[in-house]
Amino acid sequence: MTEFTPYASLFGGAMIGLSAVLLMLWEGRIAGISGIAGRLMPPYRDGALLSRIGFVIGIVAAPLLIGWYSGNAIAQTVSSNVPLMILAGLLVGFGSVWGNGCTSGHGVCGLARLSTRSLVATGVFMTAAFATVFLVRHMIGA
Amino acid sequence: MSFLVNLALGLLFGAGLAISGMADPAKVLNFLDLFGTWDPSLAFVMGGAVIVTFVGYRLVLRRDRPIVGSNFHLPARNDIDTRVIAGPAIFGIGWGLGGFCPGPALAALGLGATGTLAFVPAMMLGMWAARLLAEDRMQTKAV
Repeated sequence: MTEFTPYASLFGGAMIGLSAVLLMLWEGRIAGISGIAGRLMPPYRDGALLSRIGFVIGIVAAPLLIGWYSGNAIAQTVSSNVPLMILAGLLVGFGSVWGNGCTSGHGVCGLARLSTRSLVATGVFMTAAFATVFLVRHMIGA
Repeated sequence: MSFLVNLALGLLFGAGLAISGMADPAKVLNFLDLFGTWDPSLAFVMGGAVIVTFVGYRLVLRRDRPIVGSNFHLPARNDIDTRVIAGPAIFGIGWGLGGFCPGPALAALGLGATGTLAFVPAMMLGMWAARLLAEDRMQTKAV
């Protein structure tokens, strides 16, 4: 069980949206994390590597700063099944870059642009994720 | 300068992920578990983010260009090819297995859970593999 947090989630979501809008205003780029993180590795096609490093450092540092400032570490429950998490990571990394976007690039920025490609992509990854959790939790019973 | 602006925007994005609860894969997996311990929070995160971005993009894209750079880098394609089906299908399976998509995985990295430390390097490797394979295909097509 996790607690339903409508207000915190709506507010946090709005912060994510604001970040995406300001990135578009500043340098005209989509705030897609798979695109940003995937281009930390070579080949380097444009001069935006330093920007991408900055954005990723910010994402990694933010929860630590919040935890440090509030005195409470961010609560989380992560599977400690290492082979499963390696497999999940490979699939998420490959699939998100192969499909040109993840929850942020297609799900947030793409839907906000009313892109048909992003609508299709979001429908497919949501359906695949719902089906996977259903299989794992209710069919296999893990 | 662009480094610092991006650092600040990354902090805003990461704080949004942490406050919304998305750095906790258990919340994501419970959203995806419609027939179990369903937690609708993720829909509110997406809703808040899409509404702000929808309105904000409309204001920003009235400009001729961004503050830095000569033009907006907007995806121009609108066709549905196999990659935009296969990629999200593979991504969705991994998301359902681990409860992490790329942003929250990075936000969780510093919290140091064993599962996260296994997930993130594998994710980066998967991203790199997809990029190299895509480049390889483009070159084959060009020849």
